[in-house]
Amino acid sequence: MNQSSTETRGPADTEAEVLRIEGLNIDFVTDAGAVPAVRGVDLQVKAGEILAIVGESGSGKSVTARTALGILAENGAAHGGVYLNGKNMLTLHGSELRAVRGRDVAMVFQEPSTALNPVFTVGWQIMEGIRTHNKISKKEAKARAIEAMRQVGIPDPEQRVNYYPHQFSGGQKQRVVIAAALALKPKLIVADEPTTALDVTVQAEILSLLRELREELGTAIVIITHNMGVVADIADRVVVMNQGQIVEQAPALELFERPREDYTKSLLAAVPHLGRDSASDGLAERPHADSPVLVEASGLGVHFPGRLGAPGFTAVKEVDLKIHAGEVYGLVGESGSGKTTIGRSIAGLNRITSGSLKVLGYEMAQFKERSFKPLREQIGFVFQDPAASFNPHLTVGECVAEPLAVHRDLNPAQSRAKVSELLEAVQLPAGFAQRYPHELSGGQRQRASLARALALDPKLLIADEPTSALDVSVQAKVLELFRELQTELGFAALFVSHDLAVVDQLATWVGVLYRGSLIEEGLGSQVLANPQHSYTQRLIASLPVPDPREQAQRRALIEELNQR
Amino acid sequence: MATPTLPTSASSRLKQLPVISHLRMSSGLQRGMLIAGLVLSALFLLCALLAPLIAPFDFAQSSDASGDFPRQAAPDSKFIWGTTSTGYDVFSRTLFGAQTAIWVIVAAVVMSLFVGVLLGLISGYLGGWFDRIMVVLADAIYAFPSLLLAIVMSIVISQGQSSLFGGIMAAAISITVVFIPQYFRVVRAEVMRLKAEPFVESAQVIGASPWRVMFTHLLRNSTRTLPLIFTLNATEALLTLAGLGFLGFGIEPTAASEWGYDLNRAMSDATSGIWWTGLFPGLAIVLTVMGLTLVGESMNDLNDPRLRRFSRKKAKRITQSAQAGANQ
Repeated sequence: MNQSSTETRGPADTEAEVLRIEGLNIDFVTDAGAVPAVRGVDLQVKAGEILAIVGESGSGKSVTARTALGILAENGAAHGGVYLNGKNMLTLHGSELRAVRGRDVAMVFQEPSTALNPVFTVGWQIMEGIRTHNKISKKEAKARAIEAMRQVGIPDPEQRVNYYPHQFSGGQKQRVVIAAALALKPKLIVADEPTTALDVTVQAEILSLLRELREELGTAIVIITHNMGVVADIADRVVVMNQGQIVEQAPALELFERPREDYTKSLLAAVPHLGRDSASDGLAERPHADSPVLVEASGLGVHFPGRLGAPGFTAVKEVDLKIHAGEVYGLVGESGSGKTTIGRSIAGLNRITSGSLKVLGYEMAQFKERSFKPLREQIGFVFQDPAASFNPHLTVGECVAEPLAVHRDLNPAQSRAKVSELLEAVQLPAGFAQRYPHELSGGQRQRASLARALALDPKLLIADEPTSALDVSVQAKVLELFRELQTELGFAALFVSHDLAVVDQLATWVGVLYRGSLIEEGLGSQVLANPQHSYTQRLIASLPVPDPREQAQRRALIEELNQR
Repeated sequence: MATPTLPTSASSRLKQLPVISHLRMSSGLQRGMLIAGLVLSALFLLCALLAPLIAPFDFAQSSDASGDFPRQAAPDSKFIWGTTSTGYDVFSRTLFGAQTAIWVIVAAVVMSLFVGVLLGLISGYLGGWFDRIMVVLADAIYAFPSLLLAIVMSIVISQGQSSLFGGIMAAAISITVVFIPQYFRVVRAEVMRLKAEPFVESAQVIGASPWRVMFTHLLRNSTRTLPLIFTLNATEALLTLAGLGFLGFGIEPTAASEWGYDLNRAMSDATSGIWWTGLFPGLAIVLTVMGLTLVGESMNDLNDPRLRRFSRKKAKRITQSAQAGANQ
């Protein structure tokens, strides 16, 4: 469906230039007409350079970078020029395009567990690309696959070349994907959010791997990301995109220290920065420690049974914690650490299997929906994905009024008045009550979700990763609102997140979970400044900060920690 | 029944109705298939509605003022599609057959829809022993050949009686029994999926009762695919009805006209070169089934954005207008 000009330019001006994009316009055809995705993008990538394309969701960053491989959704139409080593990728078709892909340019995808085919060994998948482009024997291809795996730092590549994807961890799978991309030594690798699906400690490893590969092989890398910390860690040059257009292009150091455009400035300001703006600044001891205890866990354990014969999974073991009235408790951990399970257990969505968990005086070990129901009006819950936590067939007003409909006996007029009052409290226009959830943006939906959780003036609010599905600028606003409402209404909150910087901004008392155990607890500022447990130290060191100079120092610290 | 698209402001409600919205978003071959299906289905509906007006004779009429009709007469000016071995007019019987077919389809699909959706909803959401028993029952019914089951049911229900209403209900109920497990399965699977969705959990943490969760939150979200099953099942209902009639378990020829029965009687005619008694009821079955299937399949494809295709012409028109806008 590409209709760009058919002219092919000669070799690029400088020999070192790998990719040049000129005047790129992309539209998507939908039922509602054409949707412009990219407008007038010009950029160059030099050999051996790491270029980061940053932007919020819908900025056109992925679509732009994918044209370097000639990938475009079927309903897309691209105009302009994308020159890879002088060949216009927009005009190539069929076998010409296939010849270029893999050999000259390769791609690393976001989710390593879905980018690998589960029924083939990883070696087979790396060899697939090698044998497509070279007429070589299976044995030779295997030797090259092993070589590629060794290059990305997988131990015992001779044995593990015959392993299946499920036998690797998430970070190792991403290494395999990178090995497959590297196997043919392409000049350019396009990495689309390569670390977004990974935990921060693993993310740090993958980023350092990418950096090493660039130094050893001189491969140019285009990395697409929304995370300013990742940009600060790895990029030489940065392209900031917004609404399909390039806002600013600058070397990384310059961009972070002297951003020219307002959009870049606001984007950088919205990124939570570890250690800045801490909620527990200036506190010496736990606030609200004398207030009544709302949630008390002692020896709490949650075990999920396995399937027939398979061993189960213990998500939470021996956790002791207390949440006092009026306090914001931050629970931090990587995926699988049990942080969400604890939040869900407090709300009665999971059964606990051992120990004791008292929620507002109710013992959850003897949970019965009927006897717990009266307490539910004192507990609000904010879910991670605002898009999925609203019934798509009800209006926002009906959704927000739902707790009122269940627990209060209000007539329609009273209920409407209460809903517009609640929407006003979360800074949404009252007219939004008539809209449907899909007509709101992500941030607006999460505000509405907060309004629903606060509808009955709860004593306790459980927020399960409430901002991880949002863009940074929206996240900053939602966090600000959360903080204001908490100060004003004084509810206690359990704030669950994987992002230490976000937790520190909101929570005074922070707990760190690792594989189901609470390994460290303390004032936010103390935990960050002086972590005791070695895992907490690594976690904090791995979190990239949006400042290239500071990040370079932190990188040295991780390496030191890893060697210990 | 819920529309397959999400509701928005009232002004565009008409454009959001199932078939109309599908027609608007289709193009190229897919649009051609949908229109062909709609035309055939409309023809079928018109035949059923206007049969008493168009048909020159009644479906069980074998004589008029000028005496008995000839038997197995070839098509001529009076009997345009000829007459059968019992002297009925083939044209009139084929038209009235559409009426019978539509009654059976509507009765069967509506009955199985209500029972199947309700059972699927309860079984999927509450789970437990009720769910286990229902699933075993549904599996057991699946294991039977559906036509055999329909035959057994029609014998149990009608016990040889063959009035119009009794015959139609017997056919409809026997089809219903075969279809309930299908609706049950679809709705149950959808409810099981939706049960883990955050919006259901957010209703649970609020303290909403199971009934409220089922009927406010799950019902409308789990029935989105039903218009499709509805059209696809309509064809199966028609084929089962014709099969019953063909095997002699259907409706008596004097009670109502039925295509399957007519085909059965036309079997011996075919060997002696009398083609018109079998051809027309047979064609009626084929065209109706094809029309309904085309509508159902096109809707199915159009509902899934990944299966929906834009014709080259339409895509070009849309992008050109956008590019023109961009260059201004």
